[in-house]
Amino acid sequence: MADKHVDELSGVETTGHVWDGIRELNNPLPRWWVWTFYACIIWAFGYTIFYPAWPLLTENTKGIWNVTNRSVLKDELAVASGAQKVFVDKIAAMPVAEIVKDKSLSEFATAAGAAAFKVNCTPCHGSGAQGGVGYPNLNDNDWLWGGSAEQIYTTIAHGIRDTGDPDTRVSEMPAFGEMLKPEEIQNVAAYVADLSKQPVTSGDPAAGKEVFATNCVACHGDQAQGNRDLGAPNLSDAIWLKGSGEAAIIAQVTKPKHGVMPAWTVRLGDTTVKELAVFVHSLGGGE
Amino acid sequence: MNIYTADQPKKEAPGATAEDVVRHDAEPVNSAKIRKPLYEARKKIFPKRAEGRFRQFKWIVMLITLGIYYLGPWIRWDRGPFAPDQAILIDLAHRRFYFFFIEIWPQEFFFVAGLLVMAGFGLFLITSAVGRAWCGYTCPQTVWVDLFLVVERFIEGDRNARMKLDKAPWSFEKIWKRVSKHAVWLLIGVSTGGAWIFYFADAPQLLLDLWTFQAPAVAYLTIGVLTATTYVFGGLMREQVCTYMCPWPRIQGAMLDESSLTVTYNDWRGEPRTHGTKKAAAEGKVAGDCVDCNACVVVCPMGIDIRDGQQLECITCALCIDACDGVMEKLGRDKGLISYATLADYNANMALATGNGAHAINPNIVRDADGHFHDKVKHFNWKIIFRARTLLYMGVWAAVGVGLLVALLSRDRLEVNVLHDRNPQFVLESDGSIRNGFTVRILNMIPEPRVISLSLEGLEGATMKINGMDQPDSRSFDIPADPDKAVTLKVYVTVPRDQLHDDEQHFHFLAEDKSSNEHDVYKAVFNAPADVKNKDHH
Repeated sequence: MADKHVDELSGVETTGHVWDGIRELNNPLPRWWVWTFYACIIWAFGYTIFYPAWPLLTENTKGIWNVTNRSVLKDELAVASGAQKVFVDKIAAMPVAEIVKDKSLSEFATAAGAAAFKVNCTPCHGSGAQGGVGYPNLNDNDWLWGGSAEQIYTTIAHGIRDTGDPDTRVSEMPAFGEMLKPEEIQNVAAYVADLSKQPVTSGDPAAGKEVFATNCVACHGDQAQGNRDLGAPNLSDAIWLKGSGEAAIIAQVTKPKHGVMPAWTVRLGDTTVKELAVFVHSLGGGE
Repeated sequence: MNIYTADQPKKEAPGATAEDVVRHDAEPVNSAKIRKPLYEARKKIFPKRAEGRFRQFKWIVMLITLGIYYLGPWIRWDRGPFAPDQAILIDLAHRRFYFFFIEIWPQEFFFVAGLLVMAGFGLFLITSAVGRAWCGYTCPQTVWVDLFLVVERFIEGDRNARMKLDKAPWSFEKIWKRVSKHAVWLLIGVSTGGAWIFYFADAPQLLLDLWTFQAPAVAYLTIGVLTATTYVFGGLMREQVCTYMCPWPRIQGAMLDESSLTVTYNDWRGEPRTHGTKKAAAEGKVAGDCVDCNACVVVCPMGIDIRDGQQLECITCALCIDACDGVMEKLGRDKGLISYATLADYNANMALATGNGAHAINPNIVRDADGHFHDKVKHFNWKIIFRARTLLYMGVWAAVGVGLLVALLSRDRLEVNVLHDRNPQFVLESDGSIRNGFTVRILNMIPEPRVISLSLEGLEGATMKINGMDQPDSRSFDIPADPDKAVTLKVYVTVPRDQLHDDEQHFHFLAEDKSSNEHDVYKAVFNAPADVKNKDHH
């Protein structure tokens, strides 16, 4: 606008823009403000040169620094595992029995084991390690193969009935359905149920005691207390892996089901297995 | 000290006449007389050194605020061997804040929030009472600009010398003066950034590390950034920061009302301004007290003319009051031509001088025959500070303060927090008893090691087992707690089957320091399968 117009009331010059008779006062911005604006534009161009920015037909420009969120994450993970190395190296070198006694080491191993557990173990043992019928609860103090850190480590490392591992833990209860008469099985089931104070309805516990003495004590012991060397469960306690009650006992005696756990060392490596053992040992039932 | 009203000089023998007063050639930077483009370069401002009671007050405030800022981190405070001995320390790595005898953990951050609320209401209170006092006296921008101006004046001289130097062609003198000025500014910038980081680490150790290049990169980076901001804001941008960047002048505008004290040019006694009273009298014209000497303009760090009225740029530093009072004193006139006044008083006096707007300002009306102010002229009065608005702000401010104080004095230094395991909620043990898992966190919030006894209250027959503790199951454990640390424990509570009577039993975790009787209790729940209610089980 060539015309210079000064607003009468404020004494301020106007820009010359008029809308419905309303004029815009010209209170100029400081010039450095505009420079800041230009500097931001230049910065933005610089940014698109160094960082991924422009969309192309099939992909985008990578930027000369080639930064991606994935590469940033990779670097951060490398830094994090570098920080863990001191602990990991110690765990690799020490037996589990020693690790659980070391306060800071066992804390680290418990946390690491918990993470490994969530990825590898929860499908069978449950997210809280609470197990289910046929899958042992790892929180309680009832252990088929022993509850010390060392024993838990061996179980995880070599698995149970894993045909691929020569050192795997193996035990097999015969199918007594082929050896004993149905009423004998019924009586022995009644005897076992009575031992752990479960209600008895069909069988005769007294007769069952004789069947038990003849057929079962070799593995389960004369008090039915079990034998950890053989993985034979304690039949006198409150915990029943394959289900409690006479019917479940009869089914298991007639045609036993046998659980299988893979040997984990080949999959996860020795250090992670140690961490898992420390974690499981910390769940409350560890011995 | 009342600095709002000036001591009046004796009337009898004025030391000078209006003609004797030096008149400065100055134009306010926001003057409407100058044609403006849409964007404009900064107009250089060369504030002249002011002298008077407000300048005195500002020196004192500057000394106190800069003293606190630069020396704060160096004050030592003995907290024993287990905590830092720095009185003011923000320990980000360990998430602790130390302030003399107070130590704050992250979960006690509400103290800081409360202080911020108090700062906010304090600002409202100050602003509604005495205007933009924060801007004029205590804002870091104002204080540092003042400091930078001291350096500038020392090296380049006062206003006229600086203007002359600015216009002069480049010479050896101009170069060394400019170089040394900017060097000293940068030095101030470095020490400002340096002082900042000392609040976040042990100051003596960090200073040593800085000299020997052992300090972390972030320390140097912070110093660099703060050096740049201090130098640019305090040395180069100055009033531009207040006028264009700071939101506070806009907010403060809303805080003022007609009873707020602000720096005011009393044109009801100053206008019409004239260069020579005798000449005006000879011509039969009315003459106000203002002799148009521009002393108020040349001292203004914002480069504005207060006689244009209240304006956004004015930070109310009151240096124009000092300058004008000096001139009035020389002339033997009443001080306070520019003064702290409320809009209400100003309007009343203005109405008096203009006959309620009936005619132009006639300053003769406000005075009686002896030259004293008319009884109806309103003057500064302390009582104006105490009114509903300021009392309300004061009340809220004090209430928050008292609340914080009570919270501080009654807070626990021993806490226990408990998290019940949810998966599984309970575990059946081999002998039929039921076990619940808890994560127990004991917070020892004093910088001394303690033995905290953790025990069960209620829950008949229950025993605890704690991971990592070599102790048989028991109802009470002695937990060693490191100074100023939280201990996290995995606690398993087991109850024999025959002692259970409900699937949800309440009990307490009691954490207790037996030597001091300090204790904290957490109400917890013990879960069991629903069938425990049936007492007929085998």
